[in-house]
Amino acid sequence: MDEAKTENKMTVVALVENEPGVLNRIASLFRRRAFNIDSLTVGRTHRPHISRMTIRVVAGPEYARKIATNLQKLVNVIDVRVLDNEPHVERDLALIKVRNDDADSRNTITEICDRYPARIIDVGPHVAIIEMVGTETIIEEFIEEVRPTGIVEMIRTGVVSMGRGTRIHDTKFINRRALLEAAAKARTGNGRID
Amino acid sequence: MMILKGSEIIMECLLKEGVHVMFGYPGGAILPTYDAMAKYEDRLHHVLVRHEQGASHMADGYARATGEVGVCIATSGPGATNLVTGLATAMMDSSPVLAITGQVPIPAIGSDAFQETDVTGVTLPITKHNYLVTDVRDLAYTMKEAFHIARTGRPGPVLVDVPKDVQNAETEFVYPDSEIVLPGYHPPSSAEEHEIEAALQLIADSKRPIILAGHGILMSGAMSEVRELSERAQIPVSLTLLGKGAMPEDHPLVIGMMGMHGEACSNLAIQEADLLIALGMRFDDRVTGNLKTYALNARKIHIDIDRSEINKNVRADVGIAGDLKTVLTQLLPKLPRHSHLDWIGRIRDWQEDSSERDILNYETPGILLTAQVINDIWRLTGGDAITVTDVGQHQMLEAQYYPHQRPSTLLTSGGLGTMGFGFPAAIGAKFGKPNEEIWAIVGDGGFQMTLCEMATAVQENINVNIAIINNNFLGMVRQWQELFFEKRYQATPMVNPDFCKLADAYGIPNRLVTQRDQIEDAVNFARGIDGPTLIEFVVEKEEMVYPMVPAGADLHDMKRRPKPGEA
Ligand SMILES: Cc1ncc(C[n+]2csc(CCOP(=O)(O)OP(=O)(O)O)c2C)c(N)n1
Ligand SMILES: [Mg+2]
Repeated sequence: MDEAKTENKMTVVALVENEPGVLNRIASLFRRRAFNIDSLTVGRTHRPHISRMTIRVVAGPEYARKIATNLQKLVNVIDVRVLDNEPHVERDLALIKVRNDDADSRNTITEICDRYPARIIDVGPHVAIIEMVGTETIIEEFIEEVRPTGIVEMIRTGVVSMGRGTRIHDTKFINRRALLEAAAKARTGNGRID
Repeated sequence: MMILKGSEIIMECLLKEGVHVMFGYPGGAILPTYDAMAKYEDRLHHVLVRHEQGASHMADGYARATGEVGVCIATSGPGATNLVTGLATAMMDSSPVLAITGQVPIPAIGSDAFQETDVTGVTLPITKHNYLVTDVRDLAYTMKEAFHIARTGRPGPVLVDVPKDVQNAETEFVYPDSEIVLPGYHPPSSAEEHEIEAALQLIADSKRPIILAGHGILMSGAMSEVRELSERAQIPVSLTLLGKGAMPEDHPLVIGMMGMHGEACSNLAIQEADLLIALGMRFDDRVTGNLKTYALNARKIHIDIDRSEINKNVRADVGIAGDLKTVLTQLLPKLPRHSHLDWIGRIRDWQEDSSERDILNYETPGILLTAQVINDIWRLTGGDAITVTDVGQHQMLEAQYYPHQRPSTLLTSGGLGTMGFGFPAAIGAKFGKPNEEIWAIVGDGGFQMTLCEMATAVQENINVNIAIINNNFLGMVRQWQELFFEKRYQATPMVNPDFCKLADAYGIPNRLVTQRDQIEDAVNFARGIDGPTLIEFVVEKEEMVYPMVPAGADLHDMKRRPKPGEA
């Protein structure tokens, strides 16, 4: 299965400095340039000062590149990639609360969950919560199947993506003050005013 | 080891960055920094403005005249919000401005404290970058970063918001002497070899090429490279408003400004060209007109330092993100000579037609025209002054009737079109270029937006000549009303103060000019005084700026002034 292509959606991945206000800058950019975003996720990486964003847009590669060049202009955005033809994996997570108050619906839901990478993680007398992790497409298929049973609440995290293989998207950057303090120490007195 | 207060660190950083003058206005949250100024007075001059908008435009005018970072300072809340128009102006025209604002103390942030405004939030979309400094230990390198970001790559305004307690806190002052390395900030510099080859190929294939010369040429300092490109390949050069000075306007290959009020020959040449070589310009709607019909016959080479400008409005066949001087230096050694005699001949024909329509060639007894005033100022100043305009008809007429020979001698708000810019920006320019003759050419409308800075000019005894083009109208808006709203002059006629009396009140020597034969005397009077002067030129009320490409119309679809006798 080719996981990279879902409709004509494009994925942009950005490494950003984990500083206050960075998300605000990015949101402001999207609003100012009237970029239409399908989903946006931000999360931590293995580096304490770096966050990583996955941006999904319903658009062609040109539009995605436009977003990328604009993102790259932000000082706190370290590196941007358009996952265009690059093979990559993607995952979305959904929590879906469904009606569960008769045997019929209970059976249907268990039956559907068995056919998908979905788990029932909370069950009560009236409703149950399903956790489903997968590609956007498969989550959407799943949602359509459970919909007739009665979805009462739902949240999706939005897609996160990662290129496959050894093309690593990473940065050596730590944080700024650390960099400068290290440089100052190494200089012993240099650059100071007496 | 040197322990300094945050406020003193700000001053030390300004000195380290070579700043000698700052424009500002005090208030509670910035008071510690003002207090520190006393210690630095001999090396760092503070200009007290009368409105913070003036400070932002002065810093911008300083930056445009010198290419160096212009600095403005304001207090929190209303002081900082008054800078907003100036920052937006600087942002649109890529002008390196540093704004320092006071902020309420850190514990008070978010509590709607007295004079608290989320200034980094407010200015986020109108600065290249901004900072809220929350630790005095971050202050010095934040300042260094701020200067670096403001002046490198595509320059722009940067704001540093400093809470009052950070100004008061003490730390060891260490100014990072190494190059600033920012992980996410790498302005492009040179072109790839294949890009250069592709550009050369398009030039070789072209029979009707034209160079579109923009502001980026001035900022990159690529004037001589552009000239060599033009001369060697015999390519005519059309200028954007901010690109004026990229090549001397009396150069035979320069065919004048492009766009809404550009020279007809420039606009026609763009529409007939088979190659546009766009250098440091961004295809603003005021220069392209209707994009659907823009330069349809032409392939496009677009070189700009901002990658996001390439393919933004106009699709480039060869798009190069890089520093113009660097890229042209790569290209020129491989550029053979070309000649385009037919093409240049065709442009000459259009130019002849234009000069027949030139208002200066009309008999206009008894009335004074803006075009005449500006052309006479050009003649009397030897075409060598720095002119700083406001926004409106007088601005476009200055662009048409004051040819500029040198870079950075026309300072004007192009992208934002900010009324009120001209006079304070002229003051800032004079601080940057004390040996140049400076003329603020302003409309009666725009001048009234920032005329309070007359007091600043007097307090500093700054030698700026103010030429008010008084048509008793918001003239440019009136022109649109005449052309597109059947002369319904809604909210454009103005009852004005007596500008000369106003100048008297401020103690500024002045002259009133109502006839053409008074111009020379008045201009010479102003030139002879070492300090601010003001001339009010009372001009024809309903003058028109031609040619005009109506907003959104095709670039070749210009409203032209009829030739004499054609009516
Ligand atoms: C701050 C601001 N407000 C409004 C406008 C819209 N505007 C553009 S030109 C103009 C008229 C300018 O009148 P004046 O300063 O007298 O110059 P003139 O056109 O008469 O030469 C106006 C109102 C603007 N550009 N800037
Ligand atoms: Mg006017």
